[in-house]
Amino acid sequence: MSILDSKIPQGPLAEKWSRHKTAIKVVSPANKRKLEIIVVGTGLGGASAAASLAELGYNVKAFCYQDSPRRAHSIAAQGGINAAKNYQNDNDSVYRLFIDTIKGGDYRSREGNVYRLAEVSNNIIDQCVAQGVPFGREYGGLLANRSFGGALVSRTFYARGQTGQQLLLGAYHALNRQIAAGSIEMYTRHEMLDVVIIDGKARGIITRDLVSGKIKRFGAHAVVVASGGYGNVFFLSTNAMGSNGSAAWQCYKKGAWFSNPCFVQIHPTCIPVHGDQQSKLTLMSESLRNDGRVWVPKDKAVAEKLRKGEIGPGDISEEERDFYLERRYPSYGNLVPRDVASRAAKERCDAGYGVNAEGKAVYLDFKYSIERLGKNVIEARYGNLFQMYEKITDVDPYKEPMMIYPAIHYSMGGTWVDYNLMTTIPGLYSIGEANFSDHGANRLGASALMQGLADGYFVLPYTIGDYLASEIMVPKTDTKAPEFEAAEKAVTQRIEKLFNIKGTKPVDYFYKKLGQIMWDYVGMSRNAEGLTKAIKLIKEVREEFWKDVKITGEPNNLNPELEKAGRVADFFDIGELMARDALDRNESCGGHFRDESVTDDGEAKRDDENFTYVSCWEWKGEGLEPALHKEELVFENVKLTQRSYK
Amino acid sequence: MADKILKKLNIKVWRQNNAADKGRFETYTIDNISGGSSFLEMLDILNNKLILEDKDPIAFDHDCREGICGTCSLFINGRAHGPDEDITTCQLHMRKFKEGETITIEPWRAASFPVIKDLVVDRTAFEKILQAGGFISVRTGGVPDANSIPIPYEDVEESMDAASCIGCGACVAACKNSSAMLFVAAKVSHLGKLPQGRVEAKQRARSMVSKMDELGFGGCTNTRACEVECPKNISITHIARLNREYLTARLSE
Ligand SMILES: Cc1cc2nc3c(=O)[nH]c(=O)nc-3n(C[C@H](O)[C@H](O)[C@H](O)COP(=O)(O)OP(=O)(O)OC[C@H]3O[C@@H](n4cnc5c(N)ncnc54)[C@H](O)[C@@H]3O)c2cc1C
Ligand code: SF4
Ligand code: FES
Repeated sequence: MSILDSKIPQGPLAEKWSRHKTAIKVVSPANKRKLEIIVVGTGLGGASAAASLAELGYNVKAFCYQDSPRRAHSIAAQGGINAAKNYQNDNDSVYRLFIDTIKGGDYRSREGNVYRLAEVSNNIIDQCVAQGVPFGREYGGLLANRSFGGALVSRTFYARGQTGQQLLLGAYHALNRQIAAGSIEMYTRHEMLDVVIIDGKARGIITRDLVSGKIKRFGAHAVVVASGGYGNVFFLSTNAMGSNGSAAWQCYKKGAWFSNPCFVQIHPTCIPVHGDQQSKLTLMSESLRNDGRVWVPKDKAVAEKLRKGEIGPGDISEEERDFYLERRYPSYGNLVPRDVASRAAKERCDAGYGVNAEGKAVYLDFKYSIERLGKNVIEARYGNLFQMYEKITDVDPYKEPMMIYPAIHYSMGGTWVDYNLMTTIPGLYSIGEANFSDHGANRLGASALMQGLADGYFVLPYTIGDYLASEIMVPKTDTKAPEFEAAEKAVTQRIEKLFNIKGTKPVDYFYKKLGQIMWDYVGMSRNAEGLTKAIKLIKEVREEFWKDVKITGEPNNLNPELEKAGRVADFFDIGELMARDALDRNESCGGHFRDESVTDDGEAKRDDENFTYVSCWEWKGEGLEPALHKEELVFENVKLTQRSYK
Repeated sequence: MADKILKKLNIKVWRQNNAADKGRFETYTIDNISGGSSFLEMLDILNNKLILEDKDPIAFDHDCREGICGTCSLFINGRAHGPDEDITTCQLHMRKFKEGETITIEPWRAASFPVIKDLVVDRTAFEKILQAGGFISVRTGGVPDANSIPIPYEDVEESMDAASCIGCGACVAACKNSSAMLFVAAKVSHLGKLPQGRVEAKQRARSMVSKMDELGFGGCTNTRACEVECPKNISITHIARLNREYLTARLSE
């Protein structure tokens, strides 16, 4: 099918990107000035793209829903960013980063894309340092590294436990420089509610000004969506409260295909859920697994006593502790990839070894490294994380092990894009977490920041030229066109509809219900029966929502409840598509675990014969079943093997 | 460990429908809040209650809910970010409050941060200050290898201390002069402590300070209130550096 041409360049792996760059078209500086680009989202992906495109001379309009680009969810990334610099002389290379990422993603991503990602990773570190990102350094003044899950080399660059913050500030500074120069118009507190397609091409967006409630139209020659991931479909996740799938979902409903929606990542080290008043979950960075050892008691009776609060972790002797990751996976130990660590924690807790009152937590213990390295070293490495933990739980992790449990964290699935990062709609691009591209069925730690910045700084600014070169004769988009008219009308009607329901329950009531369904049936392990049930249950809650939700306040004013209602309405649809996709994929791979597809010793079993493809879903209309297309994955360089971290 | 339950609380909160509205306090009661809940979770629960009573929920800013995005911004019982040390509002937990207590919640009060609605203020002024020069002027690409300039460990650590500023505005809200000096100084130190940032250091200090003055933030009289309430422990020693940087910039004019 021609629409699914991934445009991966021919030729040897290591030459694909450079060959492609020479082959694609370039727009002259004079013509760039005539072209307008809309960038939706100013996290790492969007901010780096907007700044780089503006530097090139394009006219950029950028949008975010927060009051400042600096507050995008990227700010929360803690642990680090990968690059194949080989500064540690531990035999790292672009090829090794490529292999680790392909393997970590359980062979469900494209060789060409992943190789390019590894290739530009080193430029990212150079760029960030030049911008003033204060990465951690050795005493000699050179850059330091730490290890992350899924790799045997030390290639992760970090700025304490605030790497995302510092990288985003770097991109934000670059963005600010262009705003000051007048080449970017920045619209904060604006939410994109639809994308406008004219003659098959993306030509603009409809937004709601979140302060005044005004619905506005913006036209351009191309639209870039960098709106982040949809992990919040689970209600409780480590994502920021406003993180949403709506921008990507509107693109889907306008014809952009959506890929691998069932691939979401469950992060093994989050602060466990307590009670029923909780609004979100807090991540404790994976980097902690460098120095923390994961364990539960060997004996169920001991675990029972812990749960009742009769004893504490200090009462359990060394011999009574089961370091189950080290036991099951001797070569990677505590540093197995996230999906493996998450499932192992769930397995222990389900088997009755959980250590908190709810029985849904395991220990992450720093005692051993504090003894080995001293408290100062641990404090210098993770001080802010330890403080965060203490503020939330009231427990001092220098003295007692942390309690952790897996939580939803990241979405590998997203809008389908080709090698140029263009969706199935010409002129519509998707970058960062919003697209499906580079992480396959599981993302390695410290690779999302890498991908967001690779897309924004070093890939999109080149590839978008290939499309825009043929748009130079196209005049400014007329936002009075009937397509804009219709899109604006649809957006206004949806808001009126939500208000007019005047039901009896607030949005959260339905949102929590959806989250529970997702966690129970589309969560860490899935099976055909549960998924079928989830689809049915989601439909029911959605129907109830559209009959009984209650929104107060005014449409023409700041109204966070209305914003949430719109996002949750889309989450129902996203959740349903996730369940469908999970049902189709009757294999276990990466973050997607099907009970029906396991090895004899209970590990995930991939089925390469039947499922070596990217699922691509096409919207067929309200209430109709979406169509499934498949992009077959071709491996020319890597041999597919069952992942083993033993 | 079960968290203790606060059976009843009175919430006295600033309500203001929009920038033009005069605004007033209203008091609501709320029951059965877990001490393990965060302050914002308490507000979520109150808001859901208000919705069921056909009232407009209280607007407040928040996003990450883990102390890093700098969005949350509440003045609680007379303190920016409330009664706990080194935290943002979203990291404040209800165990810090007592059964039956009346909790007073206000927005940041500063002329340069006008109220948008209820507890939400407009901090665009911070954006403008940073746009005036809070960056290193490099383009994408064409930069040297990251390890080509070694930077002393201590310098990077100090830069990182300053770079931890989350732009929340508590320093302005806590200051009787509504000065933004701590915020500006943090950016000046973050970039100025690094060799890459030295090139434009003087120009940067000068442009950011004059933009700050232009936007109506007050002057600094060393009351140290900012440092006390800053959730990220940004030290006022950075203000001293800013003053030096600014003076030498003026002298070399
Ligand atoms: C707690 C945490 C820790 C993490 N740690 C790491 C780590 O150590 N290393 C790593 O590599 N990755 C990490 N990640 C993952 C990584 O942070 C994200 O995947 C990445 O930052 C996403 O960047 P983004 O630019 O794609 O999207 P985001 O940063 O989510 O930005 C989305 C942008 O889109 C805007 N937006 C969204 N919807 C709309 C709309 N409808 N209209 C207008 N604007 C909209 C938002 O305002 C925002 O500007 C972590 C994630 C979490 C949750
Ligand atoms: S200096 Fe401190 S209080 Fe002021 S904006 Fe930065 S983090 Fe907030
Ligand atoms: S909500 Fe992000 S710092 Fe409080």
